[in-house]
Amino acid sequence: MSHRPEAHERPHPTAMTYIAVASVLTVVTVLEVAIYYIEALRPALVPLLLLLSATKFALVVMFYMHLKFDHKLFSALFVGGLWLAIGVIVALLALFQALIR
Amino acid sequence: MQQAGALGHSAEAEHTSTGLNHRKLLMWAFLASDCLFFGSLIATYLVNRGRSLVGPYPHEVFSIPLTSYSAFLLLMSSLTMVLALAAVQRGNAKWGRVWLLATALLGIHFLANQGYEFNQFAHEGLTPRTNLFGASFFTLTGFHGAHVTLGVFWLTSIVVISLFRPHTISPKNSLNVEIAGLYWHFVDIVWIAIFTLVYLLQPAPPVGG
Amino acid sequence: MAMITGVLRRPTGYAGVWGWVTTVDHKRIGVLYGVSAFVFLLVGGIEALLLRLQLASPNGTVLSAEAYNQLMTMHGTTMIFLVVMPLSAAFFNVVIPLMIGARDVAFPRLNALSYWVFLFGALLLHMSFLVGGPPDAGWFGYANLTERPFSGSGVDFWVLGLQVLGISSMAAAFNFLVTIINMRAPGMTLMRMPLFVWMTLVTSFLLVTAFPVLTVGMLLLLFDRLFGTHFYAPVAGADPILWQHFFWLFGHPEVYILILPAMGIVSEVLPTFARKPLFGYNVVVYSGIVIGFLGWMVWSHHMFTVGLGPVANAIFASTTMLIAIPTGVKIFNWIATLWGGALQMKASLYFALGFIAMFIIGGLSGVMHASVPVDTQQQDTYFVVAHFHYVLFGGSIFGLFAGIYYWFPKITGRLLHEGLGKLQFWLMLIGFNLTFGPMHFLGVAGMPRRIYTYGAESGWGFWNAVETVGAFIIAVSLLAFLANFFRSLRQGEEAGSDPWDGRTLEWSIPSPPPHYNFATIPTVHSRDAWWEEKQRRRAAPAAVAGASNGGAQPSQEEAGHGIHMPSPSYWPLVVAFGVALLAGGLLVNPLLAKVAVAMAGGLIAVIGIFGWSLEPAAASPTHGQ
Repeated sequence: MSHRPEAHERPHPTAMTYIAVASVLTVVTVLEVAIYYIEALRPALVPLLLLLSATKFALVVMFYMHLKFDHKLFSALFVGGLWLAIGVIVALLALFQALIR
Repeated sequence: MQQAGALGHSAEAEHTSTGLNHRKLLMWAFLASDCLFFGSLIATYLVNRGRSLVGPYPHEVFSIPLTSYSAFLLLMSSLTMVLALAAVQRGNAKWGRVWLLATALLGIHFLANQGYEFNQFAHEGLTPRTNLFGASFFTLTGFHGAHVTLGVFWLTSIVVISLFRPHTISPKNSLNVEIAGLYWHFVDIVWIAIFTLVYLLQPAPPVGG
Repeated sequence: MAMITGVLRRPTGYAGVWGWVTTVDHKRIGVLYGVSAFVFLLVGGIEALLLRLQLASPNGTVLSAEAYNQLMTMHGTTMIFLVVMPLSAAFFNVVIPLMIGARDVAFPRLNALSYWVFLFGALLLHMSFLVGGPPDAGWFGYANLTERPFSGSGVDFWVLGLQVLGISSMAAAFNFLVTIINMRAPGMTLMRMPLFVWMTLVTSFLLVTAFPVLTVGMLLLLFDRLFGTHFYAPVAGADPILWQHFFWLFGHPEVYILILPAMGIVSEVLPTFARKPLFGYNVVVYSGIVIGFLGWMVWSHHMFTVGLGPVANAIFASTTMLIAIPTGVKIFNWIATLWGGALQMKASLYFALGFIAMFIIGGLSGVMHASVPVDTQQQDTYFVVAHFHYVLFGGSIFGLFAGIYYWFPKITGRLLHEGLGKLQFWLMLIGFNLTFGPMHFLGVAGMPRRIYTYGAESGWGFWNAVETVGAFIIAVSLLAFLANFFRSLRQGEEAGSDPWDGRTLEWSIPSPPPHYNFATIPTVHSRDAWWEEKQRRRAAPAAVAGASNGGAQPSQEEAGHGIHMPSPSYWPLVVAFGVALLAGGLLVNPLLAKVAVAMAGGLIAVIGIFGWSLEPAAASPTHGQ
């Protein structure tokens, strides 16, 4: 039971990785805004934007918050809260028939 | 050793059952809890935004270019935050402070944009009392802004305190920066969600409107 | 910065009132929680007696309709937020660190903050009695009854008081989450943890996830009332049902927050007095986790008559019926634990048995409500009042009293009187069933809840009179407990370290425990660690004599001298005061005073937080002792 603190942590990524992630985040944001303005993509707007924003969300959590490299208990705690929150949002939207508007 | 412990008194490695630091575990539990806080606020917004009886409506006031710029600012602040942590962990206190201040400044810039945006909306006749969209919008983004404000104070405090007590951002105490960073990144990912759900995925304008 | 820490130097003493005010010792904080909660139990009990007096006969004139609504609201709010929750918190505080072999909680000062914020929040709520009258919209505060046009300033006190109490509950829950995950003694794996520790873990997770939802719901209400928004006003297009969703999204996990700790206590008491290990430990743990999980998916069963539609009602009816399974599993496990045991009929076991019996009744009427058509008949009748009193009083309160009789000797070093305890049990059991049993009949007969009086022609007079008699018998039972408590504090029988021949680690140290708890942190080799240790010592007294694990040896006092415990601190009190002042300030008029007082409160809290984080971990040793 007596692991040394941080014993589970694999080495953190380097500054170059951080900058690469930031570049991806920037590109995805540009894409999001572009999709918003492209009339032809209107029908697929909701799934496309949700997917892109989930990508950004995951990148920040995994690399900047180090969850990818950290103890899985942190992930379990956070993902537990996150899923409950998503559940609350989806359930309330369904109950108020506001999912498709 | 006891005096060395300012800002969380854990200069020495704690012995814990899981090997995980108490404060870091606390922060992750807090973030899980805050997910529910923002989840409820986002749900309120999504349920209410189509229920306004009078305008202005979302598509009439939102400025996507401004908000995209703000979203970019917060994303970059996450980069500077993680660079600050990397510098502190390397023992480079000077660059640690520089990146921390850069993060705080980006946060302030974001808040200034938000202030400008709120002010614009008020000019166009949208206040929290106007309609349900206004009430839900200002409450959601206002609480996000409050989180950013708290983050700016936190990061600034770390920099100021580190000038008097340099050991508070020594590599051994990098946790002081790491935990503030977790909070900061969380505020960023909340904005990622708000940017998409509130700004980009607007409800279709009322028929004939 | 040094200036801030210099003003209130870290105190060193443990004596006197200041020793209690600045304490960060989990045992003392637990006692503070327990005593405060008990005072509020008496307050809420007196409110209940007044309600029962008013309803004792048709066309009662004891209370006005307004006063009835106010007392009903305060009774519910008090019993849930100021009695059952803090009484559970008292047990978390006193028992959890002892059970897991720790010297304190993970964040001792945060723990003190939780208590002081709780106390100030409770006082803020009760200040409404002095200013403008208490809240009158029910403990559930349904919108839009709570909007400005329909209710007075009492609701402001209610909202802000609950927000402050929420901060306290969440801070405590974060603390115990981290404490249980991180501060277990070597060898105490998750599946070796005592059941009470497990249930506290699940409760804490429920608290930190469920409370923010209510926080948001109440913030929206607060904005409606203070700043003129229209979150719950249909006139602006809003749907007031949103409040019900937020309230019950919190409220149903809250039901399990109230009952799981009591279930944990009973799971400790039964094996101890049945002289058997808990039957099916793993299954009891898993069903506790499943209850916590399912507790999130049933909230709309409080809203079957709202008109959510057949699909939503069917889904929530199914999940509600599902949750009966893990609950039933637990009950069968408790009964199987008793089966064939050598029962030691102590007062604590009486209450635990009372818990099982009463909780089964309450659970069964709960399953009845899971059926939508049945619920439609029973909604808003006294049948529902009977149901939730059987689970919250027959369940939680009986379970908590089992805990009080079980751990009182550990906290004080003296036993409560068994005879008085059994007298209290029988009075309480009879009074309880006289009060709440007939409510089933009245409910089925159609008596609505939340009414302040009724006509003689309804035919409800007889059972109402019986209920009022029952309520006074409960009051007498509480007096018996108070007599027992004060008598036993002074002249109770010396308990010794292990009066029940217990199984868990808290019985391995002296009663009351020294402030550092364990001279040597024990090493755990199995479930029921202390029991196993005693077995090993009996088997081979010589072999283990040298390898003691911090048992009750006389050398304990000397052993304790090298142990550094966190020093007391003023800062939790300062921060708590600032937070309460900030909330209270919002209630002050005119606007200028409102802003001034709230900002003063905020400033005090901020100064407190800086003082807190810059304060050294312990008073410097040269000043100490």
